[in-house]
Amino acid sequence: MTTRALATLAVSNAMKDAGLEAAHIDGMMSYSSNDSTGSPVVAGDLGIRPNFFMDVSGGGSSTEALVGMAMGVIEAGMCETIVIFRAMNGYSQRRVGGTGSQAAADIIGDQLHDRVYGLQSPAQRFSHTFMRHMYEFGTTPEQIAMVKVIHSEHASSNPKAVYRKRVTVDDVLSSRIIAKPLHLLDCCVETDNATAIIVTSADRARNCRHRPALIQAVVGRCCKPRGDNHYQFGPITTVAAKYARKRLWSNAGVGPEDIDATGSYDAFTFTSMLQLEDFGFCKKGEGGVYVSDGTMRLGGKRPNNTSGGHLCEVYTHGVNMVVENVRQLRGDVDDSCPLGVDGKRRHSYDYSEGGCRQVKEVSITANLGWGTPAYGSALVLRAGDP
Amino acid sequence: MTVEGDYLGMHLVIDDLDGQNQAYFKHCSEGEYHLQHCSSCDLVRYPPTTACPWCSAAESSWIPVEGRGVVYSYSEVHHAIQPAFRDHLPYLILLVELDTQRGLPTEHEALRLCGNLVTPSGELAPPEVVKSVGIGTRVKMVLVPVANGLAIPQWTVDVDAPAQAPPWRYPQEGGSA
Repeated sequence: MTTRALATLAVSNAMKDAGLEAAHIDGMMSYSSNDSTGSPVVAGDLGIRPNFFMDVSGGGSSTEALVGMAMGVIEAGMCETIVIFRAMNGYSQRRVGGTGSQAAADIIGDQLHDRVYGLQSPAQRFSHTFMRHMYEFGTTPEQIAMVKVIHSEHASSNPKAVYRKRVTVDDVLSSRIIAKPLHLLDCCVETDNATAIIVTSADRARNCRHRPALIQAVVGRCCKPRGDNHYQFGPITTVAAKYARKRLWSNAGVGPEDIDATGSYDAFTFTSMLQLEDFGFCKKGEGGVYVSDGTMRLGGKRPNNTSGGHLCEVYTHGVNMVVENVRQLRGDVDDSCPLGVDGKRRHSYDYSEGGCRQVKEVSITANLGWGTPAYGSALVLRAGDP
Repeated sequence: MTVEGDYLGMHLVIDDLDGQNQAYFKHCSEGEYHLQHCSSCDLVRYPPTTACPWCSAAESSWIPVEGRGVVYSYSEVHHAIQPAFRDHLPYLILLVELDTQRGLPTEHEALRLCGNLVTPSGELAPPEVVKSVGIGTRVKMVLVPVANGLAIPQWTVDVDAPAQAPPWRYPQEGGSA
């Protein structure tokens, strides 16, 4: 399917979910890495006439940033209700892992400082940060493998996940090495998909079909010193989240201890850990313990990526993790629990394989978006009135 | 004039509009490593840029810098993305911290360069040498000639360095491609 078709279906499904028609949507935003379809085309195909659109260049950490931008656009009076979409053929066309035509392209200009050394894919680009974390803090491969193990447990209760099979620490460590310290199972999936989020005023959201998720705070693409040359500025084990967290928690009026569930970007097992650590969910250097002690498992204190995330559900550059937290806040996660007569699921809170993935008590969530070690985003959501 | 050449089967290009990279790689091709020195704040910077990342001044000059340092971090690649590297697995991507200007202007900063581990003559290092290098290994620069006006900085184990503690390596050795 083309990205145009994928985007059209995702936006259409989001409109149905919200109970909105084309006439109710008057804004559209998207992001891409030169691999997608623009808003004017998708809007036109759905009979939407935007009063505002903006398509930006971006990958991971764009989702949260665009939600914040949408708020500003609405408050500026430029439009009333915005759809944000990301449509990508990350498997069939432009591979997220950088293989295919991108891999053999000429090495031009600034690329003589990185690609010339076989340093091209995200796995290769981030590996120095990951490796140095193990060196400085004694973080172990077994601890990090638990990110994949836990996300695979969550995915086993997600009928839509690409990989629903539960894996063990041994499965991760015995999968082939891609670029140390990353094994195959430390890396996210590559998939074709589109996802969409609708942002509108709280007043209008109350009249939509579902209980709304209210935006409590956003930080968008906050940077480390030196930007893309971040490795010039140490410790390289510190990521942009350290710079984003003060703004995030002071804007949110809550702290990490108040968060019931997280969506920490898992392009790799390590990225979930680094974001949780530098956004302050544990002390610096203790991320390996945090991700492996059961805290972020369903039934634990603060489950992470309950859909299975990028490691197991689907790779969408972050949108799916925001969508999952919205489902959690509605109390209506689409697992295999039986539907009641009101159309809502009767959740069992039995987190065994193929069971429930609804968090029992969840009123506030945090998404922690990763772009690179040098920039990241975050979004705190809370449940609106039922 | 656009500079072009081939290295490990990859085609390398520096456009004639790209003054910073033209100057940087020309010094490399002349066998002497140079970096930009800020005329305003006196700091040396990498990679080449138009302005100084510490004081924003645009005026700079190229000065010789010693190509010696220590491995600050590394990755050992077992799955090549680029076709050029498929015949050289596993290969190391080093992040090397230069001795020059380490800890300036703040304790967290240093001039850090990426590069591969190579033999003293500039060939990508064989597997047994790859296995001997990790965080803490002392290395020195090898400038590998590619074309007129273009040589690529690479790194080899510095056998002249005083004896060191064994380097830190990722705990799981092996891994087949």
